[in-house]
Amino acid sequence: MSKNLRFKTSKLIDETYRISFKFNNKIYFGFKGDTLASALLANDIHLVGRSFKYHRPRGIMTSGSEEPNAIIQLHDNSSRTEPNVRATEIEIYDGLVASSQNCWPSVNFDVGGINNLLSPILPAGFYYKTFMWPASFWKKYEFFIRKSAGLGKSPKISDPDIYEHNYIHCDVLVIGAGISGIMAAKMAAKNGFKTLLVDEKSYLGGSSIYDYSEFSKINNQITSSWLEKEINEISKLENLEIKKRTSVAAFHGYNFLLARENLTDHLPINQRLNKVRHKLLKIRAKKVITATGSIERPLIFDNNDRPGILLSSAIKKYIDLYGVTCGKNNILFTNNDTAYETAMSLLQRGIKINAIVDNRLEIDSKISYEVEKNNIKIYKGYSVVDTYGYKRINKISIMKLSKDGQTVIGDKTKLKCDCLGISGGWTPAVHLFTQSGGKLKFREEDQVFIPDFYPSDQISIGSCNGDFSLEEIIKNTISSLKKFLNIDNSEYKTIEIVSGLNRSKRNIWLLPSDKSIGKTKSFVDYQNDATSKDIKLALREGFRSIEHVKRYTTTGMGTDQGKLGNMHALGIISETAGTKMGEHGTTTFRPPYTPLTFGTIVGRNVGKFFDIFRRTPIHDWHVANNAEFENVGQWKRAWYYPKNNENIHQAVQRESKSARDSAGILDASTLGKIDIQGTDSSEFLNRVYTNAWSKLEVGKCRYGLMLNEDGMVYDDGVTTRLGENHYLMTTTTGGAANVLGKLEDYLQTEWPELDVYLSTVTDHYATISVCGPNSKKIVSKVIPDLDLSDEKFPHMSFKNAKINNIKCRVMRISFTGEHSYEINIQASFGKSVWEKCMEAGKDFNITPYGTETMHLLRAEKGFIIVGQDTDATMTPIDLQMDWIVSKKKYDFIGKRSLYRSDTIRDDRKQLVGLLTENPEEILEEGAQIVADVKKSPIEMLGHVTSSYYSPNLKKSIALGVVKGGKNMLGQKLIIPMEDKNINVTVADPVFFDKEGERLNAKL
Amino acid sequence: MFLINCPFCGEREQSEFKAGGEAHIMRPKQPTELSDDEWAEYLFMRKNIKGIQFERWNHVHGCRKWFNMVRDTSNDQIKAVYKMGEKPPLK
Repeated sequence: MSKNLRFKTSKLIDETYRISFKFNNKIYFGFKGDTLASALLANDIHLVGRSFKYHRPRGIMTSGSEEPNAIIQLHDNSSRTEPNVRATEIEIYDGLVASSQNCWPSVNFDVGGINNLLSPILPAGFYYKTFMWPASFWKKYEFFIRKSAGLGKSPKISDPDIYEHNYIHCDVLVIGAGISGIMAAKMAAKNGFKTLLVDEKSYLGGSSIYDYSEFSKINNQITSSWLEKEINEISKLENLEIKKRTSVAAFHGYNFLLARENLTDHLPINQRLNKVRHKLLKIRAKKVITATGSIERPLIFDNNDRPGILLSSAIKKYIDLYGVTCGKNNILFTNNDTAYETAMSLLQRGIKINAIVDNRLEIDSKISYEVEKNNIKIYKGYSVVDTYGYKRINKISIMKLSKDGQTVIGDKTKLKCDCLGISGGWTPAVHLFTQSGGKLKFREEDQVFIPDFYPSDQISIGSCNGDFSLEEIIKNTISSLKKFLNIDNSEYKTIEIVSGLNRSKRNIWLLPSDKSIGKTKSFVDYQNDATSKDIKLALREGFRSIEHVKRYTTTGMGTDQGKLGNMHALGIISETAGTKMGEHGTTTFRPPYTPLTFGTIVGRNVGKFFDIFRRTPIHDWHVANNAEFENVGQWKRAWYYPKNNENIHQAVQRESKSARDSAGILDASTLGKIDIQGTDSSEFLNRVYTNAWSKLEVGKCRYGLMLNEDGMVYDDGVTTRLGENHYLMTTTTGGAANVLGKLEDYLQTEWPELDVYLSTVTDHYATISVCGPNSKKIVSKVIPDLDLSDEKFPHMSFKNAKINNIKCRVMRISFTGEHSYEINIQASFGKSVWEKCMEAGKDFNITPYGTETMHLLRAEKGFIIVGQDTDATMTPIDLQMDWIVSKKKYDFIGKRSLYRSDTIRDDRKQLVGLLTENPEEILEEGAQIVADVKKSPIEMLGHVTSSYYSPNLKKSIALGVVKGGKNMLGQKLIIPMEDKNINVTVADPVFFDKEGERLNAKL
Repeated sequence: MFLINCPFCGEREQSEFKAGGEAHIMRPKQPTELSDDEWAEYLFMRKNIKGIQFERWNHVHGCRKWFNMVRDTSNDQIKAVYKMGEKPPLK
């Protein structure tokens, strides 16, 4: 260390534990307890980054989560790299590697710095205005803009850390462990409330824990000593849980909050293995006490962004808590008493203060007199008008303020310094309060927004509620908590407070300059390089809404969300527009309060746990037999089974041919199955399906079509009458849950008088479908006792049977147009029965087929798939399925809608078959269908919904919906593609075995 | 996220529930008697009130029962929950 910047006075710093870390490829040392910022400052490093737009050198400015400048990249080029980390928050550990962002080739020499010289031509909205013309050039512009913009680099390798989510329920949640939060936690816990206290920092006590001043005392004790005893006391309380390094990210309605608990970020990398890095806490609190404190305001003057310019409270914290001085020749610039506390902290350690510049004309507080006694020159009624020094401040110039504070007068005085502390008063941290839906009010006297209306059972206390003096904080915390918690015993009987600070403040949002505004760079949002000039420009250009000004100038849109400068932006807007402060409101504070990594948000839901998926009982067989899978809803369904390096097309052609030539086998377990019982089951089915059910005999099956009340097809499937009052309904795979929900809805709300009970049994049964001319022989081998004769077991009927003494249900139903059987058996026997069928079908070349072949086979028969050939605009009439709509039934869901003026139109899109002129040409699903390509604009008649090459017909076939298609049989239409027009003919949608001979063939 | 007091199960988190639109709309007993306009009124027309709204909710990941809720849409305060078929507890 070149200079001695470290003072041995801090309790937080363990000077016996030295830690080495790397910053911008150089090794430095700090101590256990340091943040990266305090360690860098101890090494006399202020310059840590470059600004976003102008690439101006920037230094550490704050000491907390509000930091706009000192955001760094951690562990660049490693799996643990993280961008935009605040150096003021990261605790150093052995092996920490950090680097500056937004600079190239280095933070000391940055090519982008040219932007600073170009800044007169880079005003707010520059990119919007400049790169709009010609529009086609955007692609070229974008490449360069993206390269030069942006902050950190996102990781390229997957994150090795573990993240978790936790649910927490408590009576009282206290956010913030400053003096008021500690008191609140004690009062709540001691009165029997199950209490959780969280704080984003690694220590408790907030800023009072390093308040060693003689000027603020509680019960005649130094504040920090009094508070330490309090902390000591509450850490022993049984029903109080304390979580440090835990930042509340979001405060939602009904007192639901999200917080991130940071568990390993302060540990060396080699100690993090197999530990949870962050926990996302989902907290439900009966009562919330917000004690988030306040953030010191900067002051807005020309060149207020140089390295070496810090908030005065940050300078105080670095010396008092970390034992680090930010400079050896300090100047403080203030509009209130806070800077004098900083001055006392520096003076106590003999650190030089060159001057204090105070914009107030009169200063009347004990602490200011004490500072003056130390022969510190105080410039009263002065303002800083400029600063000097490129990579570190070395001089400032000051001028006297006019009486109204709108101009500067007199001569310019130059003062030397290596550090400038600024204090513009305090802004209550109301972010979480407003996220919860709270409404703010503006307090004119000290120009702050404070909580007004609470939308849930919550309260704000301490300085986030606008109580800034120690006396106010303590007295108001006690009285408001007694009321809020409805308790008599506050735990604090007599409390005497001594405070040396005065509340006086001279608030000037934008300090005047001797230069014209166009020549100044007074930064309002440091991270996004938004200046007062930009805000004024936005107003000149007509923006009035605070939300619009924000977006146009990008004020408050950085990773810090404008925690420092938003108030000044509002102030400058209202001053310029001549409106009152409260009128504009504030911009919306959105969660998260501080950035969260994606890992924290997704928790354990990564990799194969990203989403749940469902597997059929036969899944393992499909895997073992080389199946490719397709996702259908949450299901993994066998898609096709490639053999000998077949591609999907070859496999599907083979499977489709075999199924019709001999035998195919399909795992249909995913079909939704609903067990329906009760004396009114038949009546219920009458009402939910379009066709009639009363006359269906026991032991028979029927296909049904279900509509929505608007008449559009919702679902379809075969339902079997198992007994007089017992049915088994099947639904589409994807529609199962929704169909059950819809049926329950009608039963509970519209027809509660019906005696009907529904149970989902989808997962209870494995369903194996065996089809093809040899299916009968195969099934008779698997179930020899079952009489499969057409007389005893005709198409669309069902039989109870047994396989190896295990009960099963066999349905003779078909989705392929082939003679086929569906065996339903208890799920756990699914795989063995499947294997039995495979064994029995060996001699018949039984071919397992997947969903793709199933789709092809049904398309040959013109059977629809709900959701593929239909969307929510197709009625059964549109589908040419008039035959399934009962004319006799008085009512069913959707019936009335089938003859609304819109649904009876002739020119609705209707389902048709499409045949290509060239039988080898396969249409693309989704392709548009037109009649005339010469007309402009071309009228779209419809689109292709299903398309395949049929190996059984040896030509391509397709289904599509076409306006008025029902009456267009034989008509020629065109499918316009990118490179050609394909000629098609409208055909009957049933392409194969129109008469159904195969279904009823004697086998 | 709301805490919803299911009339059958008690207080549960919103993620267990599904909203089902406006409450107290009866399916017409004789749809065939209705004109197109009358049917459209039942089928499509729903209120979207800022303020007190009567809604259907379903405890879909719980008891699967439908029930009604009175909610102030301006601040998401739930004023009441009650079973299907019961009269609304407030106007």
